[in-house]
Amino acid sequence: METKFFEKDKLLVLKITDEIDDYSVQKIRRRADNEIERYMPKRVVFDFDSVTFMDSAGIGLIIGRYKFTNMLGGSLEVANLTQSVKKIFEMSGILKLIPIVSLDEYKV
Amino acid sequence: MKNFENEMKLEFLSKSSNEAFARITVAAFASQLDPSLEELADIKTAVSEAVTNSIIHGYENKIGIVKLEAKLIENEIIIEISDHGKGIENVEIAKEPLYTTKPNLERSGMGFTIMESFMDDVKIESVLGLGTKITMTKKIKKQEEDEMEEESLNLITKD
Repeated sequence: METKFFEKDKLLVLKITDEIDDYSVQKIRRRADNEIERYMPKRVVFDFDSVTFMDSAGIGLIIGRYKFTNMLGGSLEVANLTQSVKKIFEMSGILKLIPIVSLDEYKV
Repeated sequence: MKNFENEMKLEFLSKSSNEAFARITVAAFASQLDPSLEELADIKTAVSEAVTNSIIHGYENKIGIVKLEAKLIENEIIIEISDHGKGIENVEIAKEPLYTTKPNLERSGMGFTIMESFMDDVKIESVLGLGTKITMTKKIKKQEEDEMEEESLNLITKD
């Protein structure tokens, strides 16, 4: 996972670079929570640009981080969803809670 | 007796590090049917869900054997994933979207829903104390069919 923090906007971009399944998600979850606690961002954006595979473990990951950032007073968004990632998120209904945003204005 | 065109069998330990191994192996085998990238992604996801279920719920992280068999018949792939784990108490309830026995571990309860929507047919056989077998079938659309559809669409737009 690659992390970038934009101080001005208190924006934390977490770019996932692994396949997301039940095995890899434990490591991603730990790292994400550490980074969120460290920066206390207003906005957390998960970048899926480099995600070549995701199963339902990704839904649990995002719902869990959504609750965690909300608890700390921040918001959670997702960016660069591939077709197959989007298909799984749409099925779960979480895109009603979590907006898809663009990271174009931030060089990541 | 059915005449199978091709068949493979795989057995591996119920370690979650084997989830990627299982889905990548099935995808490589399925590629003989010349599936589209989307069909391949669907198969990988469904296999990943079924194998994860065996590991997490069937064996509850104890070490057991997960069996995987795949058959190619004409343009279909039939995938069987079985374990000798604890079995599912109520299959109908387990299939409900968002149902999970382990919500505290951030499980989404979407496994069976994903298998059912990504594959053409999913059959679940489970006996408490004996184990679970999932049989999933997916029909691979012939690439020519896609091209023909495109051609006929082109004809329609020309008119």
